[in-house]
Amino acid sequence: MEMPVPNTAVLSKKAAVVRRLSEVLPSDAVIHEEREVKAYECDALTAYKCPPLAAVLPSTTEQVAAVLKICHEENVPVVPRGSGTSLAGGALPTADCVILGVSRMNEVLETNYDDRYVRVQSGRTNLSVTGAVEENEFFYAPDPSSQLACAIAGNIAMNSGGAHCLKYGVTTNNLMGVKMVTMEGEILEIGGAHLDAAGLDLLGLICGSEGQLGVVTEATLRILRKPEGARPVLVAFNDNEVAGACVADIIKAGVLPVAIEFMDRLCIETTENFAQAGYPDCNALLIIEVEGSDAEIDMQLDLIAKIAAKHDPIEVRQSKSAEESAAIWLGRKSAFGAIGQISDYMCLDGTIPVSALPQVLGRIGELSEQYGLQVGNVFHAGDGNMHPLILYNANKDGDLELCEQMGADILRLCVEVGGCLTGEHGVGIEKRDLMVDQYAPDDLDIQMSVKDVFDPKWLLNPAKVFPLASSDARRVSSIAAE
Amino acid sequence: MRPETEAALAENIAAARGPLRIVGGGTRDIGTPVAGELVETAGMSGITLYEPGALTLVAKAGTPLSEIEAAVAAENQRLAFEPMDHRGLLGTSGTSTIGGCVAANVSGPRRISVGACRDHMLGVRMVDGAGRILKNGGRVMKNVTGYDLVKLMSGSFGTLGVLTEVSLKVLPVAQTQATIILHDVDAVRAVGALSAGLGSPYEVTGAAYDPALREAYLRIEGFEDSVAYRTGELKKVLAGFGEMSVSDDVTLWEGIRDVSVFHGKEGDVWRISVRPSDAPAVLEAAGADAALLDWGGGVIWLRVAEGRDLRTALQGISGHATLVRASAQTRASLAVFHPEDAGVRRLSDALRAKFDPRGILNTGLMG
Repeated sequence: MEMPVPNTAVLSKKAAVVRRLSEVLPSDAVIHEEREVKAYECDALTAYKCPPLAAVLPSTTEQVAAVLKICHEENVPVVPRGSGTSLAGGALPTADCVILGVSRMNEVLETNYDDRYVRVQSGRTNLSVTGAVEENEFFYAPDPSSQLACAIAGNIAMNSGGAHCLKYGVTTNNLMGVKMVTMEGEILEIGGAHLDAAGLDLLGLICGSEGQLGVVTEATLRILRKPEGARPVLVAFNDNEVAGACVADIIKAGVLPVAIEFMDRLCIETTENFAQAGYPDCNALLIIEVEGSDAEIDMQLDLIAKIAAKHDPIEVRQSKSAEESAAIWLGRKSAFGAIGQISDYMCLDGTIPVSALPQVLGRIGELSEQYGLQVGNVFHAGDGNMHPLILYNANKDGDLELCEQMGADILRLCVEVGGCLTGEHGVGIEKRDLMVDQYAPDDLDIQMSVKDVFDPKWLLNPAKVFPLASSDARRVSSIAAE
Repeated sequence: MRPETEAALAENIAAARGPLRIVGGGTRDIGTPVAGELVETAGMSGITLYEPGALTLVAKAGTPLSEIEAAVAAENQRLAFEPMDHRGLLGTSGTSTIGGCVAANVSGPRRISVGACRDHMLGVRMVDGAGRILKNGGRVMKNVTGYDLVKLMSGSFGTLGVLTEVSLKVLPVAQTQATIILHDVDAVRAVGALSAGLGSPYEVTGAAYDPALREAYLRIEGFEDSVAYRTGELKKVLAGFGEMSVSDDVTLWEGIRDVSVFHGKEGDVWRISVRPSDAPAVLEAAGADAALLDWGGGVIWLRVAEGRDLRTALQGISGHATLVRASAQTRASLAVFHPEDAGVRRLSDALRAKFDPRGILNTGLMG
């Protein structure tokens, strides 16, 4: 993946930039020594690394504003960073950038159970938002699998989803307001603790803008009362297509599970070897979870089992207890770790219409043979969010490139059948150059015009989301025009 | 003009010499009155894709809402955000379109549990002010590919572009529903009860209060056994709030959705969005002729004498007020949409200038 050539004018004034940043931040909040900035050289897309010019760790919105103002004046690109768990390279630095990490801003500012919201600083981790309200039986719904580590700031930047979003929606559906700072250093409040802010839906625009429109420092999040209980049923099939048809039938029957997860044979076998979850020997497996009281759960699981029975399942395993539920989820939750044990892998997140599932899985199998790379499929089946895991060898020359080519082919396939490049990880650098496969030039131009409005000099996370060739004129000319 | 295709609309807009007034079915006459040549979207009509098993529907913007509601009902599904029918309140006639519904981000009582219209939007096609045909989002449930202009278009009242096609998420119709009615409660007690219900695990999908009748309403939906169980449990939660009864009357929620208590009554109508716990104070400060609370108290409908600026009732409270119904003169003099902070205003204006460089689309409608 190509990154722009660093701006030598910025590189040469590193000392002056660091000095100015040190004037507005505590001394331990400006990191500039070579061996120290290395800690920020990549995010969870570890195939790409580049140490930044410097990294700053502000503790307040005002400090964030001061940093951005300086960087704006000095024409220094800024890459915002939550916890650095992006799988798409959303927080990948360039050599001429300042990493702005929000990890020190992790306080809960306000909790309101009557009005069902919590206001937090954006560096707080996803799971610790729930942690702050669970003693009162409330929770924050979006649950990306990195939720132990990932920050709300990154969740907002990428509009993160999770396994339970079929029922509860993704970040944008649970975000009520933000305090954010523009690249020019202006502090803005958008939305709040009331619903559906007046005027244009800037909140909806900022959520998912990959840190390119502003740096969010505070968020007002909707919290929900925990359900009385939740239990899954595991259904094993001999055929992917049949599993797909079963999902459609469940949805058509009016049941709305909180999660429908799919795993294929490679994933089932690998996780079985790794975690010994006791999964049946089968080609396709669904884990379907429902919520409610015990009786409500039984009723829904019975209904699902009845629908599944029409599709000749090998096995239907209905959880009756917390232990059985944990056993059913064990393999799914270990899937990525299990694959990681046997190979390097690339995890994609293209999304497809559920009806295209059999066709897409078939084609992925063909591509796997064609490229000579194995692919495992884990899948949020209810909403069509795929997670093909392409196995490759990082130590073998050319394997990463081959894997990327195959990944690109799979994502183009997703677009071709009516889906999209990314359902929850974001574009970052990973899918940046494929945007032309999903969007026409005018579609990209209008999105880039939005960035022109918020960040006229294109300094915030500039080399992401849009193909470099499309954004080149804007990135270069905005600085040259100075 | 009444284009039949997206391409014709694009040509019309590109060739326009002056301001344009965009209208779907003309049933939601909301906003500062605008002048300009009429552009009707009703010519672009029809459901282009409906996959019940994937919970997705795609329709041209001019498709009558009733046509969509009938199509999804036939598969036992619905637009879960429960879009309000504005005709009774605004005294308009005509046929609501899906494009108009999205452009105004119209939601009903179930917004409190499943989200607003914008939360059910998956994709848009549109023509911008320069006559460019644009698309954003798609037809799949999860999509973070590029900026979310789908949300931006929802509730932009035709000021950024003219919608030509929308993709929506639909949901199953609940098997049955029940409403717990709390009798003889004041606003403070009512909002307390609604919050208690919404903060319970029993999945309340409607939470409203009628101050004139002193009745609070909490709706439960789902499978029959489940509704019976949860209604029983919820009654225990609400036991301290007053006398209760249970109703299975569906029309009750249609009335709340459409604010039917205001139909045919004179005066301006305001819609205020606040934190639910602030609602009683707003209600008192407003001194309105009539009121209705929905969304657990988070939205307050108020009917007042013509020309009063009700935003004074919001002093010290964060939220916003929209003047939904008033004479053209009042709407022109009082801002229909809540005035924005300078920074937000500047960004909104700059966005409009990008989408509509000549400033010809519903110019000034949102203030």
